[in-house]
Amino acid sequence: MSHPILAPLLGRRRFIACAGAGLGAMLVSPQLVLAAAQTERRFIFIIQRGAADGLNIVVPYADPAYARLRGDLAIDPATATRLDGTFALHPSLKQTAAMFAAKQALFVHAAASPYRDRSHFDGQNVLETGGTQPYQTRDGWLNRLTGMLPPLHGGDSAIAIAATVPQALRGGVEVSSYAPSALPQPSDDLMMRVGQLYARDEQFHPAWSAALAARDLAEGTGAKQDPASLGHLTASFLTKPAGPRIAMLETSGWDTHSGQNNRLAGQLKALDTLLASLRDGLGPVWAQTTVVVATEFGRTAAANGTGGTDHGTGSVAWVLGGNVRGGRVVADWPGLANGQLYQNRDLRPTVGLDALIAGVAGEALALDPDHVARVLFPLAGGARPVTGLVSV
Amino acid sequence: MPVSHALSPQAIALNRFGLGASPGAAPADPRGWLLDQFAHYEPRPAGFAALPDAGAMVTAYQAERRMERKNQPPAPADGTGVKDPALLAARQDYGQQVQALYRAAVQARSDAALQTQAPFVERMVHFWSNHFCVSVDNQPVTAYAGAFERDAIRPHVLGRFEDMAMAVEHHPAMLIYLNQNQSIGPNSVAAQRGDPAKRRGLNENLGREIMELHTLGVRSGYTQADVTEFARALTGWSVSGAESNEPGTFLFRDRQHEPGSRQILGRTYHQLGEHQARAALADFTHAPATATHIATKLARHFAGDTPPPAMVERLAGVFSSSGGDLPTLYKALIDSPEAWQPQPLKFKTPWEWTISALRGLGRGETGAIQMAAVQRQLGQQVWKPGSPAGWDDISASWIAPDALMRRVEFAQRLVLPLGDQIDARALAPRLLPASLDPATAGQVAMAESPASALALLLVSPDFLRR
Repeated sequence: MSHPILAPLLGRRRFIACAGAGLGAMLVSPQLVLAAAQTERRFIFIIQRGAADGLNIVVPYADPAYARLRGDLAIDPATATRLDGTFALHPSLKQTAAMFAAKQALFVHAAASPYRDRSHFDGQNVLETGGTQPYQTRDGWLNRLTGMLPPLHGGDSAIAIAATVPQALRGGVEVSSYAPSALPQPSDDLMMRVGQLYARDEQFHPAWSAALAARDLAEGTGAKQDPASLGHLTASFLTKPAGPRIAMLETSGWDTHSGQNNRLAGQLKALDTLLASLRDGLGPVWAQTTVVVATEFGRTAAANGTGGTDHGTGSVAWVLGGNVRGGRVVADWPGLANGQLYQNRDLRPTVGLDALIAGVAGEALALDPDHVARVLFPLAGGARPVTGLVSV
Repeated sequence: MPVSHALSPQAIALNRFGLGASPGAAPADPRGWLLDQFAHYEPRPAGFAALPDAGAMVTAYQAERRMERKNQPPAPADGTGVKDPALLAARQDYGQQVQALYRAAVQARSDAALQTQAPFVERMVHFWSNHFCVSVDNQPVTAYAGAFERDAIRPHVLGRFEDMAMAVEHHPAMLIYLNQNQSIGPNSVAAQRGDPAKRRGLNENLGREIMELHTLGVRSGYTQADVTEFARALTGWSVSGAESNEPGTFLFRDRQHEPGSRQILGRTYHQLGEHQARAALADFTHAPATATHIATKLARHFAGDTPPPAMVERLAGVFSSSGGDLPTLYKALIDSPEAWQPQPLKFKTPWEWTISALRGLGRGETGAIQMAAVQRQLGQQVWKPGSPAGWDDISASWIAPDALMRRVEFAQRLVLPLGDQIDARALAPRLLPASLDPATAGQVAMAESPASALALLLVSPDFLRR
């Protein structure tokens, strides 16, 4: 697996990581870490940056206010996939619709993080840190979740499929990152000397070791940056015996202030392709995998004046995977009529993303959801995790 | 940030305030060297001046498309786009022109950074360009991005904040990027005409980001009602089309402007037309919240991820008392002891690192190096932060395993032709005067080849930080 020259460095790194992991390790009870066996379950978080329009993704076609508010932006239910008597799925989501039909996908509608304002960057910070206010918490909930897993032998438990580590995965637990590169690979000699140069640096040493490990895992995948390749690349990491169990992917381009119909169709097609290639690439492991897709907030219920929507509040979260108890839309639907909207403008949130994530992540990784909620969202005020969505 | 070897004032002036050492530059008086640069800054370097006219290119293409669309059935709703071969060919051609213009603009920006006699001021160009960023997420913005930095940022970097903000918010790149050119007052003349079912209206994107990102700062006390009112005041701020003598430039469209006075942050704006939003924007640029917002970002850029409160307060005071005079603000910054802390305070971004590496190797121009492609590979595609907040100025955002690997890859590629021309052992103390960690010097000296030694120097912890 790992390069002969680099193996000693990896070993040394694990030692340093454990010795220095005080902060991360303190967040979980030590007996849990020691008792649990290496998990075979996988958890993937996909963030939609830019506030995805839940109302045009899982369309409340039966709500009489929907067509009126959306006008030309309304998705015609005749072209969409009917999910139930109230909701239909955007026509671009063909593979996702197939997963829904196979009961491997569900949607949780009118969901939102605790954030109630309309700044993308603050909203993403709250979603990724698991705080209740922007910049209140320094590390990310996915990093804390990683810390709840038993340590892997010879690698990091989590990876960001990105050149840099997103906020949700930053924190005391070491994680890896990888993105396909078009630059030529350095010589073994340079790689070894760089390793020596970083050996004493507490920031560069772990980062370099993680980069080497990720490069080993990615070897031979010929990965590229398109959605299908990224799905396969992620799957190839997660299916390696010493590969990570948690992955995070970022998608951007959801901020549709104008020309929304074509843009959203393109965005959803790409995400649909990514999800299908994840499923296909994971093969039998898909049965032990749970994927959560979420965005920082929703968009206005009404179309704006320029063929788009502005920043809103409630949106839809997606839960997919071979172990998902899917084929349903979970919603305490607040309605879109006058007086039912949040601040007369947005879909009113009726379920917390923190409660949803805690419940789904807990069940997905066979951890106690209440304990997961306390570790991931300690400031959330004790909302009950949403359970029953994943087969335990 | 963990400690590398302590930096000398010379190394700080070169790397933290400047863009890295270039051969010959070893400032005896670091503070004086920085202040002296105000006289040597070139607002319109040759590469920027030579860029083709983005406005003409974009408007000509849009006019052509409008003509085509008349003979074209509407595109299908599933986003599969048009199938007409002539239109597809025209799109492809336009796309290539846009990409060529973008690449040329990135080269111009890089050459300016390599050749400048005022690297501190040039760094401030990059800072403001990121503060007031556009992101090249679509073709018109991609075409305009170089002109945006040249015409809205560079002329004002030694001027007043208000003037820079005015230039930025009037620039077609910003108006298009944040959808302002499409925003129409719901009660304007333009909205009242035509089919009521297809009536166009307000888009609050630019109004919100001006308040949140460009001036006052998020959570500084404005409300959704203030954002909506400011968006109404901004209606009519648009871009001229092919019918104009100057296509693709700022145009106030009176017929799209929402009539009436506006209440924003407790003030009433009775001004007519373009001047209404102009007056509100001018007030924003002089608000105490803006002074704090700008001071915080400057302190974070120069004094570390956690901006020292005393420095923020001091810079905010200077910003306010000088009326947003930027050279006065820079002087206060250079006089701030927090920015001269000897331990490294920042991890260089890919852009900062590439420029400092090229300068360090004595490259006076980018030449055959395609900087647009290089920056994309290193994770910081020029003018494409992907969000109107710009690139993050926090070290943790850049120090990631894969990003580090990319730098090693690029360093090796960069030094291959230079191995027998530059002695890394001699170069190292010039890049980091009296500041090189002896362990790094030892590793560099022990490298198996001169090229390998150079690559190691460029990716050393000493050179990756500033």
